[in-house]
Amino acid sequence: MAYLIRGETGDWEMVIGLEVHAQITANSKLFSGSATDFGSEANTQVSFVDAAMPGMLPVLNQYCVEQAVRTGLGLNAAVNKYSVFERKNYFYPDLPQGYQISQFLHPIVGKGVVEIDLPDGTTKEIGITRLHMEQDAGKSVHDMHPKKSFVDLNRSGSALMEIVSEPDIRSPEEATAYITKLRMILRYLGTCDGNMDEGSMRCDVNLSMRKPGAPFGTRCEIKNVNSIKAVQMAIDYEAQRQIEVLENGGVIKQETRLWDPAKGETRSMRSKEEAHDYRYFPDPDLLPLTLTDELIARIKATLPELPDEKKHRFMGDYGLSLYDAGVLIAERERADFFESAAKGRDAKLCANWVLNELLGRLNKDGKTLSDSPVSAENLGGLIDRIADNTISGRIAKDVFAEMMDSGTTADSIIDAKGLKQVTDTGAIEAVIDSVMAENPQMVADYRGGKDKLFGFFVGQVMKKSGGKANPAAVNDLLKSKLDG
Amino acid sequence: MTELTNLTISEALAKLGKKEISATELTQAHITAIEKNRHLNAFITETPDIALSMAKASDERYAKGTAGALEGIPLGIKDLFCTKGTRTTAASNILNNFVPQYESTVTSKFWKDGALMLGKLNLDEFAMGSANTTSHFGNVLNPWKRNNGDTTDLVPGGSSGGSSAAVAARMVMGATGTDTGGSIRQPAAFCGISGIKPTYGRCSRWGVVAFASSLDQAGVFARNVEDCATLLQSCAGHDPMDSTSANLPVPDFKALLTGSVKGMKIGIPKEYRMDGTPEEIIKIWDQGIEWMKDAGAEIVNVSLPHTEYALPTYYIIAPAECSSNLARYDGVRYGLRVEGENLIDQYERTRAAGFGNEVKRRIMIGTYVLSAGYYDAYYVKAQKLRRLIYNDFMNAFEKVDALLTPTAPSAAFGIGENEDDPIKMYLNDVFTVPCSLAGLPGMSVPAGVDSLGLPLGLQIIGKPWDEVTVFNVSRAIERAANFTAMPATVVSKAA
Repeated sequence: MAYLIRGETGDWEMVIGLEVHAQITANSKLFSGSATDFGSEANTQVSFVDAAMPGMLPVLNQYCVEQAVRTGLGLNAAVNKYSVFERKNYFYPDLPQGYQISQFLHPIVGKGVVEIDLPDGTTKEIGITRLHMEQDAGKSVHDMHPKKSFVDLNRSGSALMEIVSEPDIRSPEEATAYITKLRMILRYLGTCDGNMDEGSMRCDVNLSMRKPGAPFGTRCEIKNVNSIKAVQMAIDYEAQRQIEVLENGGVIKQETRLWDPAKGETRSMRSKEEAHDYRYFPDPDLLPLTLTDELIARIKATLPELPDEKKHRFMGDYGLSLYDAGVLIAERERADFFESAAKGRDAKLCANWVLNELLGRLNKDGKTLSDSPVSAENLGGLIDRIADNTISGRIAKDVFAEMMDSGTTADSIIDAKGLKQVTDTGAIEAVIDSVMAENPQMVADYRGGKDKLFGFFVGQVMKKSGGKANPAAVNDLLKSKLDG
Repeated sequence: MTELTNLTISEALAKLGKKEISATELTQAHITAIEKNRHLNAFITETPDIALSMAKASDERYAKGTAGALEGIPLGIKDLFCTKGTRTTAASNILNNFVPQYESTVTSKFWKDGALMLGKLNLDEFAMGSANTTSHFGNVLNPWKRNNGDTTDLVPGGSSGGSSAAVAARMVMGATGTDTGGSIRQPAAFCGISGIKPTYGRCSRWGVVAFASSLDQAGVFARNVEDCATLLQSCAGHDPMDSTSANLPVPDFKALLTGSVKGMKIGIPKEYRMDGTPEEIIKIWDQGIEWMKDAGAEIVNVSLPHTEYALPTYYIIAPAECSSNLARYDGVRYGLRVEGENLIDQYERTRAAGFGNEVKRRIMIGTYVLSAGYYDAYYVKAQKLRRLIYNDFMNAFEKVDALLTPTAPSAAFGIGENEDDPIKMYLNDVFTVPCSLAGLPGMSVPAGVDSLGLPLGLQIIGKPWDEVTVFNVSRAIERAANFTAMPATVVSKAA
């Protein structure tokens, strides 16, 4: 079902392409040995190369190249064995060389595809145009002094992948799903940490409007869209703006616009006429990059199972629903936790525990899976006690809460607190007898036809047994005593 | 006693080894020569204290028996090589007070071998020029004068004019240079000394202020071929910090220096006999051809058909790279900053005050040829021509071992001459630029003097990585030419 916006002149369809800048996870920068830790003191991760001192030369970081290849393979894309670093020339204080080393005519990765999952349970393929490697710029700081600006070069020269999508996206939901899936893939691959709030993943949105079936309209590029929520808001705003212009007889000018998250609007940065002439040319300090088949094969052999494969396997092997499988594979760590807890156990039961109890509680406590007090092994131990009827599902919730507080095993809590389920029929019968003796009127009413009172008796028996009585046994015995 | 400053490097190393002289004495003699020749303006920064302390360390190593291959040899360093703790200007106002915190690979290698630094030599601003008349620190004068009573000050050639003048005037025993389109070979010819630009990639560019990265190549000057071989031996070799540096073994240049050309085939490119080349240049070239024949080489006429496109190709590629390489001089992090009303104003004022006219001209040409709409017509076409020029040489080298040509189309000219039209100045490099575009090793050796007593050089061009043959042909020319002329100032001092 196409996502259309109703305007005064009829329906409008959005055409969206995204450019995502993803910082490559690596210990050092693309062309220098400087560290790349986020949040370090300003200008402490800057080599002579990063500061563009006279006579300094770039040396390509092989690990970053491998990360880009790994990403290309993860995006089902063609890896180009020949690629070229070029200089993109422009002046800015946080661009020390006066040019950014990037790839232009010959990127390292060509066409690929990403499958996105939509809220209605369907999937859609979004094409990848290309992926190229480039240097990041430093950071200008304008709010520390009334008249001066400051420059922090820590990020200068860090390795980025620019991942460009085809204009295949048709709604804010698809855009969100695309970024979410892309980030998931990068995290699975370990090639980008995907932390948008730390700036290690940033997004530019290209958007145009058209009447359904019409050719593409003129697009605007929106920069500085740096969270998933912002992508959605920027698209909504820009779509409305363009419709208004078009419906009032205006034309969209091709331009670069800036998303202002504070005001929730996009505004013009520079027109096509004012666009920089970047004067790209091959960087004479670097030879063309050539990759061998062996290197590509070696990287391919070490690729992890990717989210979509994992999702389908979880559905097939464990009989999980699309939704449950989707939530479990959203993070590689979560999927691993589930698989390790589910090993040799009832997988659906495990999935329920991970999804409903564990993730719910962690979320409430503001914790992530990596600092969960309950390990996968211990969660498995708890599920074992449910399976062998040592405790009931209800008691298990109490035990779990205790495990989250103390970090100990289910068994030790069950032993210490004497929570072992009572299955001894004699003991249960004694409790039933005393409950019936205490409530003669209720017994009479039940026997007179008030079937609904059965639940009352179950509750009383469970209460009196401290919850330890086996619910199935209570049901059976109670039924025969009341009816008898 | 022989004047210490007239010794060759080989002679000095022998005397130092035998403890006949000390590195300190040798250095002091050169410091005195530098002081006496200050009017030549060959140095931007003199570093006598550094030289003497390095000399002292050299003397100690001689005493301990741990002397290096160049132990105690005083050198001058073109002020394009970054020297840790010593101001490095590139002869530009924009780096007027820049003190690097790192040492270039080439100079590091010299110091490791025991050589010592007398100072930083003048050059054309950012190595852009052919007469050393574009330096922010003033013109360098050639120690040579015309012998007809004309007292005109002559240019030392460029861009390594400080290097050639200092070596010719016996202020230093050898010097570093860089050659982008002829900046070692042409000054060597103008000052009557030897200079080699090795194959592109033979010496590291790390720590050398960049002009045009795909052409810039470090090399050396000395007063004879053997000394050039000794110096190049020290500074050549692979450097992982320079991605364009070749990971190839460096031959033992000195051991392989026989000077024999017997049985070699020497190519004479017909396109280098250009209209308007002065008679005296043709004459010295023909003389060189005769010497080659006499020494047992076979002369082979070859054709380099794209020669006429070399200068225009060079003056597209070199400025294109320069416009980008010099973008980093923006007044933000180091070097000159002229405050402005806003960021753009600061950039404009800084770069207007920091760069001289020739540098600005090349930045503008380079920016133009890379611009949208012109890139294909200029830059891409120039790259294609560069390949054709390279192919010309490779075709010739299927028939010959080396090429012999004049180094420059004239002897040293007067300061101010050729300044009226940039193209006239660019024509100085007509014989040296093709070799640079092809990345080949080229050397200039003094071959004689013209009618006014000024030195003329011949250029020897070799196959890629074959500096050995270049040295041997050069040595054969040197031997045949028996070039003993010296600048008048040096002669009178020696007398």
